[in-house]
Amino acid sequence: MISLAGRDILHSFGKFVFTGFGLGLLIGVTLVMAGVYRGMVDDGKALLDNSGADLWVVQKDTLGPYAEPSSLADDAYRSLLAMPGVARVANITYLTMQVRRQGRDVRAMVVGIAPGESWASPGWPPYLVAGRHLTRGHYEAVADLASGFRIGDEMEIRRHRFRVVGLTRRMVSSSGDPMLFIPLKDAQEAQFLKDNDAIWRGRRRTAGNPTFNRPGDAGVLAAVNDAQSSSNSVNAVLVQLAPGVDAESVAATIRRWQRYTVHTRTQMEEILVGKLIATSARQIGLFLAILAVVSAAIVAFIIYTLTMDKIREIAVLKLIGTRNRTIAAMILQQALALGAIGFAVGRITATWAGPMFPKYVLLVPADSVIGFFAVMAICALASVVAIRMALQVDPAEAIGG
Amino acid sequence: MGGTGIRIEGLRKRYGSGDTAVDALKGVDMHVAPGEVVGLIGPSGSGKSTLLKCLGAVIDPTAGRMTLGDEVIYDDGWRVRDLRALRRDKIGFVFQAPYLIPFLDVTDNVALLPMLAGVPNAEARDRARELLAALDVGHRARAQPSQLSGGEQQRVAIARGLVNRPPVILADEPTAPLDSERAMAVVHILNEMARRYETAIIVVTHDEKIIPTFKRIYQIRDGVTHEQVAKSSPVAAVALAQHAPSNGVLPGSVSGSPR
Ligand SMILES: Nc1ncnc2c1ncn2[C@@H]1O[C@H](COP(=O)(O)OP(=O)(O)OP(=O)(O)O)[C@@H](O)[C@H]1O
Ligand SMILES: [Mg+2]
Repeated sequence: MISLAGRDILHSFGKFVFTGFGLGLLIGVTLVMAGVYRGMVDDGKALLDNSGADLWVVQKDTLGPYAEPSSLADDAYRSLLAMPGVARVANITYLTMQVRRQGRDVRAMVVGIAPGESWASPGWPPYLVAGRHLTRGHYEAVADLASGFRIGDEMEIRRHRFRVVGLTRRMVSSSGDPMLFIPLKDAQEAQFLKDNDAIWRGRRRTAGNPTFNRPGDAGVLAAVNDAQSSSNSVNAVLVQLAPGVDAESVAATIRRWQRYTVHTRTQMEEILVGKLIATSARQIGLFLAILAVVSAAIVAFIIYTLTMDKIREIAVLKLIGTRNRTIAAMILQQALALGAIGFAVGRITATWAGPMFPKYVLLVPADSVIGFFAVMAICALASVVAIRMALQVDPAEAIGG
Repeated sequence: MGGTGIRIEGLRKRYGSGDTAVDALKGVDMHVAPGEVVGLIGPSGSGKSTLLKCLGAVIDPTAGRMTLGDEVIYDDGWRVRDLRALRRDKIGFVFQAPYLIPFLDVTDNVALLPMLAGVPNAEARDRARELLAALDVGHRARAQPSQLSGGEQQRVAIARGLVNRPPVILADEPTAPLDSERAMAVVHILNEMARRYETAIIVVTHDEKIIPTFKRIYQIRDGVTHEQVAKSSPVAAVALAQHAPSNGVLPGSVSGSPR
């Protein structure tokens, strides 16, 4: 027996390839969408991995520092360092903002790290692709490659200019923005300090308050103003544990004695994947569902028209004794062939187009496998209408009136 | 096969029911011996196509009896279980339009039938090629149907009707789209095939040119058949002889004996 489906495909090859190509672009978009989701999860994991932390100590009852704002006193780390099982701690600030780069804005996550500690400190970029780490206490930066900065470039954060001394890669926030590492003091200033006008107004206010501005006691006013214009907050303290220590038990101790909220690595992952990108994930899920329906409709429509064009031949095939099974198989095989062409084109498109997307697109082989079977299932389903129609064709039609 | 060819007794067909019922066949009697070609004529709406459809097992008659060869296929109800296999193995169809499968080449259009019956591809194609050669389209065996002339397509369609060596061939206006020369050639081929393979052939036709070539004609009027024995027309016999395929009598290359 010859393959009727194969012969028909060869006969209308152009139509087939053209349709398969269109379907392929749709499948490509679908795969990229899935890749965007995988990329978001991967960004989140990279953020956690690269921070090098085992525990995140944050303001009480917050999901900080990535999913919610959190602020702690910057001397909290001292008591944390004293806890049993804790090897290293580091203050850290995170602030997502627009950074000026040669007159243009780059969206970036500015990370304040305390310099002068060992390179393996939590929060530090674990490796550099060029340049050096921060060594001075002020006005130096290490930038992620994706930010577009190169060594020697200058950036403007709030009122200050920073010079890029090192470059790193794959250091991104949970929303995919590249990270810029600057010294903690500068970061605190950027995040918590008021501008000059605000300071000036604040001073006038304090000066107008008789409690602070007592005649004959000028020292009080100066002290209050000083306190108001210096910053001693950080967003979180990252904790690295000694080897072999159980993270959850240390976390429990800190929660109990220090009254902070402490997230372990597992909890952080749950927060990032389960909460922070949950809405995006649902959004992408809905898109995937719509794309699946659209692809199904396209395949169904094409297979239906291809079958409609062959009604007469199908009647003849039936008249001369072709089994229904053979005719159904012919249509099904055509739908599957269309799906296979579409999938191949889609996979190639996705691989090629993925890196052109501004956010990280991670094409997971498992997704491709699932995608392939989903496409095949959709095509099989879409051929049902055409198969039903073909089976209803009356062989008597071939004889005519 | 031998036996009786086609025998139809008291065949009735009613379309629909109640007030809108149409009695298309009201007791048709007909007999075609093996090796015989008979004409079936009648005015429009008289029931010719209905009769072919009943005989071709694509619609159900209402009552009566039909015998193919030694086998009673219908006796107030089908007596064969697999009507599809019956159509495939026992009945060849030739239509007014060739209705070739556009995505198969000429050989495979013909070879498809034996393939459907389980004959290996190579053997089925050999059979198809022999028959195509016998019908004088052997040189077009690898062409696509769309590349053939109308007459060539019709000959391929006839080859398809013959390839399984069915004991019965039903032809519905097979010459309608052809000019008189080609029409005569087709009739000649049908006569040759009938003689060679002991096939019983019924040709439905309106075609004045070919009517004189039948030795026996059934006329159907208002769903009832009337048999006429044609006064053998010398003109027609001469015409037929003139329109034999170019290679004269069908070549002996058509091998195998009728089943
Ligand atoms: N499916 C059907 N349902 C109802 N009536 C039908 C159906 N098919 C045919 N008829 C009727 O049965 C009668 C015979 O029709 P049939 O098609 O057999 O005629 P015919 O001899 O082939 O005519 P023509 O030469 O025009 O092809 C006609 O009156 C027709 O209207
Ligand atoms: Mg008719």
